[in-house]
Amino acid sequence: MFITCYNDTLFPETGKAVVRVLERLGHTVEFPAGQTCCGQMHWNTGYQAEALPLVARFVAQFRHAEAVVVPSSSCVAMIRDHYPKMAAELGDAGLQAEVEALVPRVFEFSEFLTRRLGLEDVGAYYPHRVTYHASCHGLRNLELGDGPLRLLRAVRGIDLVVLEGMEQCCGFGGTFAVKNAEVSSAMLAEKTTAVLNTRAEACTACDNSCLMHIQGALHRQRTGVQTVHLAEILASEDTGSAGAAR
Amino acid sequence: MSGQPLDPRTAPTFPAAARAMLGDTQLRKNVRHATGVIQTKRARVVEEMPDWQELRESGRQIREHTMRHLDHYLQQFEQNCTRAGGVVHWARDAEEARRIVVGLVQAEGAREVIKIKSMTTEEIQLNKALEAAGVHPYETDLAELIIQLGQDQPSHIVVPALHKNRQQIREIFQREMHLGTLGESPQDLADAARRFLREKFLRVKTGVSGANFLIAETGGVCIVESEGNGRMCLTLPETLITVAGIDKVVPTFKDLEVLLQLLPRSATGERMNPYNSIWTGVDADGDGPRRFHIVLMDNARTEILADEEGRQTLHCIRCGACQNACPVYRQTGGHAYGSVYAGPIGAILTPQLQVLNHAQTLPYASSLCGACYEVCPVKINIPEVLIHLRNKVVRKKGPLTPEALAMRAMGLVFRSERRFRAAQRMGRVAEAPLVRKDGQGQGWIGWLPGLLGGWTQVRDLQAMPQQSFREWWEQREKSEVSRGN
Repeated sequence: MFITCYNDTLFPETGKAVVRVLERLGHTVEFPAGQTCCGQMHWNTGYQAEALPLVARFVAQFRHAEAVVVPSSSCVAMIRDHYPKMAAELGDAGLQAEVEALVPRVFEFSEFLTRRLGLEDVGAYYPHRVTYHASCHGLRNLELGDGPLRLLRAVRGIDLVVLEGMEQCCGFGGTFAVKNAEVSSAMLAEKTTAVLNTRAEACTACDNSCLMHIQGALHRQRTGVQTVHLAEILASEDTGSAGAAR
Repeated sequence: MSGQPLDPRTAPTFPAAARAMLGDTQLRKNVRHATGVIQTKRARVVEEMPDWQELRESGRQIREHTMRHLDHYLQQFEQNCTRAGGVVHWARDAEEARRIVVGLVQAEGAREVIKIKSMTTEEIQLNKALEAAGVHPYETDLAELIIQLGQDQPSHIVVPALHKNRQQIREIFQREMHLGTLGESPQDLADAARRFLREKFLRVKTGVSGANFLIAETGGVCIVESEGNGRMCLTLPETLITVAGIDKVVPTFKDLEVLLQLLPRSATGERMNPYNSIWTGVDADGDGPRRFHIVLMDNARTEILADEEGRQTLHCIRCGACQNACPVYRQTGGHAYGSVYAGPIGAILTPQLQVLNHAQTLPYASSLCGACYEVCPVKINIPEVLIHLRNKVVRKKGPLTPEALAMRAMGLVFRSERRFRAAQRMGRVAEAPLVRKDGQGQGWIGWLPGLLGGWTQVRDLQAMPQQSFREWWEQREKSEVSRGN
C-alpha cells in the first residue's frame, strides 16, 4: 500500500480501513516504510525540480509489489499521467523502464477492487444516509466512472443518495484553495449546498483531499454533516453495534 | 467595468480581480445562467453524435499537423489568396497590425468602418487605434454592440456580453440609441439593434473582420456566425479588411468537414452555424467587396509554437466550451482574467501572448479539475499546459520567495523518511496552540496565519491525529511479532 503523505499524516483511519478491507478479502498488505509523497503538490504548483527525485524513491519502495493500492485518486493520477514523462526527463533509461513496468500495477483503492479484483460486494455494512462526490482526478484522469458507486450500492444498510452536480469540482485544487481562496470558497459553497440538500449524514469520496475541503466548510458551518473516505465505509462491518460515521 | 480595454499588462492580479467579481451578485447570476444554458445545449448535441470522440481526435490531428507545417501552409495561403485577388499583409505584432489596418482605412478615406465580431481585433485593441485616427468603428455583432454601447469589455470569446441580462441590455440600448420606450423581450432588443445597424450596413463602405479559418489550399477565408450581421459586413462594403492570427490556417477545404462539426456544437450547442461564409479573394464579376486585404498577424504565436509543451495552445478554435465548463469562470465571469481571452483557454493563452507580468497569476486561476480538457473539441490538455506555465512562473520568480523556500523545505522532507517522520511530529507540536476541541473531543483549527489564512476564511481544518498511519502500522507489526505471527 502507498498511503500517500497526507493520508499518513492526517487520515490514518483511511489507511487502516484499506488494510482491513484487503485483509478481509484474503490479501497480504505490505507497507514499505521509506515511502513519503508522490510529488503532486510540487508538480502541480510549478516546482517540478522538487518533484523529480520522488519518482526514483517511489520506484525503489514499490518495485517488488504485485499491486500498489493507493487510497487517493489524485496521487494515482500524478503517478500515471506524469511519472513516465518525468522519468524520461531525468534521462535515466533504467528508471524509465522500471516506471513503465510499475505504473500499470498502481491502482486507486476502489479501482483495485472493481477493475483488478472484479468485486462489487466486499461484505460491508454501513447503516447511514450517504452521498458520493466524484473527485475530479478519479472522474477525469482515472475514469473511475460508476465504480465507486457500484461498491457503495453493494453495502448493506446504506441509504445512498445522489449528489446534485456530483461531477463538479469542490474547489480544493491543492494550493488553489489558498492562492485563490475566495473563488475556491465560492465553489465550495455550491458543493456543500448540494451535500446539505441530500440530507445525508455523511459525504464520501475516493479522496480525503476533497473531503478535507468539504468537511472544513461543513464543520465551520456547524452542520453536523460528516465526511468519510470510501475505504472506511467499505471496512465497516455488522458487529452488532452499528458503526458511526467519522 | 469601464471602457478601458482589458489589458494583461495593467490588469490587477486574478485573485484581486476575482474578489471584486465575486461581490457582483447580478453578474454572477447572469454568468451562471448563461453558461448553464449553453452547457445544456452543448451536452444535448454532443451526446447525439456517435463519433464525437473520433471527431475530437481528428480535430486534434488536423490542428497538430497544421502547426507542425505552419510555415508551408501560410505561404500556400498567401499564394492562393493573392492569386484570387486578395492582398496579403504580414504583421509581426499588435502594433504593426494596427498600423497596417489604420493605414488601409485611411487610404480609403473612410471615417467609419463596420466590424464583425473578432477577438483578434479585441486582442490588439484595434478600435482604440481606429478612434485615435479619427475613424469610428461600429460593432455589428449583437453582443459586441452591447459591449461597445455600454463602454464595457467582452467577457467571453463566443458570447462577449454573457455577463449582461436583458434588463441591463435594454437600459444600454435605450440610453445609447436614444429610444423613448423599449421592451425587454429578445424580439424588442433584436429589433432595436436591427434598426440601429441596418442604416450602418447600407452607408459604411469599409468592413473589418476577423477569421475563423484560413484555407491554405484555396486561399479562402471562413467566418461562422449566428446573426447574419457578419454576412452583411462581408458582402455590402466596397473594401473588406480581415485580421487573422497565423494560427487560424487549415490545410484543405475538406478539413472544414471536421472543424465545422466540432465548432458549432461546442460553441453554441448548434448542429451547424446559421451563417457560414467562405470567400476567396475578390469576385471578378463585382459581387461583394472590390478590395480585400488580409493581415496575417504573429503577435507571439511563433514563440508559443517554439515551446514544445505550450504549443498545443495554438490548436484552439475559439469555441469557448472550456469557459462554460470551468467552475472558476462560472464563479467570476471573464473580466477577472484581465484579457479578452478569459477562462481556461485565457489562462494558458494570455500568459503566452504577453510578457508574464500580471498574467503570471492566470496559470494559477484553476483547480486543475480538467473539465476544460474534457469538453475541448480539439483535445487541448489545458491542465497540462497550466502546470507547464506554473513552472515557468516559478522559475521566473526565483528560489528566494517565501513560497519557494517553503516548497524547497517540503521537498527536502519528502526526500527522506527520517525527515518526513520528524516533520509529522513537528507538525503536531506546531499546530497545538491553534487547536480547539469540539464537542466530540475532535481537534479543529479555526485560524491559520499568513498565506494559509485563505483556508480558514470559510473552512476549519481538522487537527492532526496523535498517531500517524506509519506509527500505527509499526505498533501493529511489533505486537504481531510479539504474538509470534
